[in-house]
Amino acid sequence: MPLLYVRYELLRTLRNRRFFLLSLVIPLVLYFAVASPNRHVRNVDHSGIPFPLYYMVAMATFGTMSAMLSCGGRIAAERAVGWNRQLRITPLSPRAYFRVKVLTGYMMAIISLLALYVSGLSLGVSLGAAEWVKMTALILVGLVPFAALGIMLGHMLTPDSIGPAMGGGISLLALLGGVYFPLGNHGFLHNLAQYIPSYWLVQASHVALGGHPWSTTGWIVMAAWTVVLSGLAARAYRRDTGRV
Amino acid sequence: MSLGSIDGAQVGTSNEIQLRGLVKSFRGPDGPIRAVRGVDVRIAAGETVALLGPNGAGKSTTIDMLLGLLVPDEGSVSVFGRPPAQAVAEGAVGGMLQTGELIRDLAVGELVSMMASLYPSPLDVREAISLAGIGEIAGQRTQKLSGGQTQRVRLAIALVSNPQLLVLDEPTVALDVEGRQTFWSTMRAFAARGKTVLFATHYLEEADAYADRAVLMAHGMIVADGPTNEIRATVGTRTIRATLPDVDVEALAALPGVSSAERRGEAMIMHCADSDVAIKALLGAHPDARDIEIAAAGLEQAFLALTGDGDGLGEPAGGAGEASRAKES
Repeated sequence: MPLLYVRYELLRTLRNRRFFLLSLVIPLVLYFAVASPNRHVRNVDHSGIPFPLYYMVAMATFGTMSAMLSCGGRIAAERAVGWNRQLRITPLSPRAYFRVKVLTGYMMAIISLLALYVSGLSLGVSLGAAEWVKMTALILVGLVPFAALGIMLGHMLTPDSIGPAMGGGISLLALLGGVYFPLGNHGFLHNLAQYIPSYWLVQASHVALGGHPWSTTGWIVMAAWTVVLSGLAARAYRRDTGRV
Repeated sequence: MSLGSIDGAQVGTSNEIQLRGLVKSFRGPDGPIRAVRGVDVRIAAGETVALLGPNGAGKSTTIDMLLGLLVPDEGSVSVFGRPPAQAVAEGAVGGMLQTGELIRDLAVGELVSMMASLYPSPLDVREAISLAGIGEIAGQRTQKLSGGQTQRVRLAIALVSNPQLLVLDEPTVALDVEGRQTFWSTMRAFAARGKTVLFATHYLEEADAYADRAVLMAHGMIVADGPTNEIRATVGTRTIRATLPDVDVEALAALPGVSSAERRGEAMIMHCADSDVAIKALLGAHPDARDIEIAAAGLEQAFLALTGDGDGLGEPAGGAGEASRAKES
């Protein structure tokens, strides 16, 4: 992968306002607004998890999910100005193009994640080193299906429609994943959430309880979304590039 | 393995670009649109070739197939002995496509560096920037450029790849007259390094001034292929335009040297086989003619001359003039 190319891609993304808003400003503002007054709640929804930790991971889910999906926004914008055609007549292969996009998505996600970790620490989140690592690893793995979703949407939508689609999609995934409020241990929303990848991102906070935050169902749901969305993304790409 | 083991055919083809029997159709609302219907061209290394034709002639489709952006329905493309995808992957091809803007949130110089990083042996970024004449805007963000500046940055991107083959699809469309001149002098300097250049245009003058050879396309086929001066000789007609409010079109068409005439408001347009004879006759018969302009034939006339021999190919090019004349009479 051409490193200089990655560097400029990263620079472009850092200069983009939408990234700052969705991946940093909104999650951080919400985190302090909601978690700060509830910082002494030690047992969210009878789950045994302190509020600042739960909400830190919830907001990290929002921010990292947005960072990955914004790959799609950039792909749509590049398609709209004919840049993808320009790139197709360079030695950069489509595979390398997507690798760079996913890699920059991950770098943005990590920035968002670190900002929330620091905020969490300031509100008294405390975890062992092994737990921090495990939680981070789960979140990073859990972002894979979102990378595929971003690439798919980037090849299906126009820059005009991708803004609203992404805003709506992120809100819905956040709601169903329990980002805004915990979904409890039973009931329709809880049962539905088991099949939503963002739910399992939020569940990464369960490292605090020891054991495995993701059940077998969690792993299967994540794997299934990854396989299906990757297939759909590949199809969207082929349809898009096969056209005039 | 030594180079001597490569057989003669491969050595021959590795020196040129070959488009063989290219055919491409697209699905349209009223059945398939046959955009390219049998194009054969060979371009030797180091040649500068203009692909000339009106809009819809199949130039861009041909170029897309040459670049590997489209797969031909029939026929094949070889770029210096390799399939287009391989030539592109090896960085042997650089191009400026017909439509395209720049990605945002980078300075011009950063974008050129970014693209240079993709190629195995790019030009020095500063050199590409100065060749394209964008030194003054190198620090500006790409989203803040004018159309002409964008076009020059796109040229810098094509140049920085330092390709063996440079392909430009209607590169000067967004440029003013001065911008065009600068653009073509850059092009010439680049071609002088032994590069092969293929550019599409619908300006006959551009082909005439900057190409060694012109390939004329109409309706998906090649209608002429040769040195530009030969093609220009084929298209020896000129046009006289004059303000003549109260003159009958038929009377003008009947003047010696005039092959046809049409009215556009108060102005009369005369297509002339011999404009020297025609202008004398016009001033003799209508001394009140004002605002007289004599111009070399545009591409429309060129195509009329080359394709208007009753085979149906000249219809769109010649149709407009004939129709307006019919309306008047």
